[in-house]
Amino acid sequence: MGSEPLLSLFRSEDAMGLKTPLYDIHVREGAKLVDFGGWEMPLHYGSQLDEHHAVRRAAGVFDVSHMGVLDLSGPRTHEFLRSLLANDVAKLAAPGKGLYSCMLREDGGVLDDLIVYRRGETWYRLVVNAGTRDKDRDWISARAADYGVAVAERRDLALLAVQGPTARSLVSALLPAPQREALLGLPVFGATDLGDWFVARTGYTGEDGLEIAVSADAVHALWDALRTAGVVPVGLGARDTLRLEAGMSLYGSELDEAHDPIASGLAWTVAFEPVERRFIGRDAVERVRANAPTQLVGLLLEERGILRSHQAVSTDRGRGETTSGGFGPTLGRSIALARVPAGSAARVSVDIRGKPVAARIVKTPFVRHGRALIPL
Amino acid sequence: MSEILPEDLHYTKSHEWVRKLPGGEVEVGITDHAQEALGDLVFVEVPEAGRRVAAGEACAVVESVKAASDIYSPVDGVVVASNAALASTPELLNEAPYGAGWLMRIAVDGDGALAGLLDADAYAALLAEESK
Repeated sequence: MGSEPLLSLFRSEDAMGLKTPLYDIHVREGAKLVDFGGWEMPLHYGSQLDEHHAVRRAAGVFDVSHMGVLDLSGPRTHEFLRSLLANDVAKLAAPGKGLYSCMLREDGGVLDDLIVYRRGETWYRLVVNAGTRDKDRDWISARAADYGVAVAERRDLALLAVQGPTARSLVSALLPAPQREALLGLPVFGATDLGDWFVARTGYTGEDGLEIAVSADAVHALWDALRTAGVVPVGLGARDTLRLEAGMSLYGSELDEAHDPIASGLAWTVAFEPVERRFIGRDAVERVRANAPTQLVGLLLEERGILRSHQAVSTDRGRGETTSGGFGPTLGRSIALARVPAGSAARVSVDIRGKPVAARIVKTPFVRHGRALIPL
Repeated sequence: MSEILPEDLHYTKSHEWVRKLPGGEVEVGITDHAQEALGDLVFVEVPEAGRRVAAGEACAVVESVKAASDIYSPVDGVVVASNAALASTPELLNEAPYGAGWLMRIAVDGDGALAGLLDADAYAALLAEESK
């Protein structure tokens, strides 16, 4: 596969689409805006590399309001979610905690990956991907009716992710003392209401941090307060290199309806115990569980160049393909995630514009909490 | 977008610039507009000296955090030098696209090779057209 001529990069401003409540702020901040799943979103605000490093070393704020928030309520919501999701919300024994899960089709294909938060005895919140939010809402609503579960899409909310080693302390400084303590005491994947914020200690960067849901009316003030505190705005470009270095899957790249969670490296998110829990897709995933033909692995490029998605990978067991690839700014090296035959030896070769280039299968994550975890 | 285009350069529709050097050689790079659209550059592959290139032939690759892009030779000729500094400091393309970020120098075949290229005014008009 060849690369694109320079000219092709000048066509990004066609179909202008949906705008988040922070659109005007992105324009004011000098963002380069691009279309992302129908949403007009910031790619970067000047330098994607600087934004990446800011999150690894200090703190950055991302507008993730394009993601979908679905509130589910009703006496049988817990039971419904135990059927709907591949992970088991029984792990959320009490309100105030979140869980990462896939939502599967009957044939095991991944409809979406999401975080489910337990907010009350009979009240849960799902945060789903932007590109799948309409599909998810329809899928969930169609099945929720049988359980008498109400599904409300919260288009009135904006979502910010504040990520980086100093993120929690900077955010806590915006709060009055009792709330500050509650925030700093939040465990990983903990979630709580603080004033008009819904805050969770979750993220998509491999760094410590928070995700905050707040009303669209209040989000401008929160953004400005974060900026004043020294938090830098970060676009989707750095969001992608941060999650790639963190070895995290992106829906549409590693995950899709054509692949089950085992083939996408997410077996750890599927709760097979207890065996009597009959979640959607269970039978299909059980069948491939023990003998999955492919596995998702990390690749480190050992020669010069940049790995990209959809490059052919040659292994001793046959052919595979990169699902995401790029330059890892924290590593100073190019990395990728790739779907390869199960049991492939570490030494592989990747086809970059017709030339075989040496790469090595490495354990992910590549980077965690600002540090490289792989031998470079 | 308002940017200063060096008046002494020639330009291509594919966003390369060409600087006439003494002795029938030209220097080639990418425009400020191109580097800005690409974002941070992280890898550059330039042709080796001695390679014969044809006008319109893809002969170098620049890769940003976002994508890989082909660079087309603006002229027929032979590559006489390429910018070795870009291997370790590709960010020179962002910082000084018309200076330290040059890509290659080409000994041009014959005279009049620059005749088909755009001057600064024509390239500015092209940018204005594309930004509509």
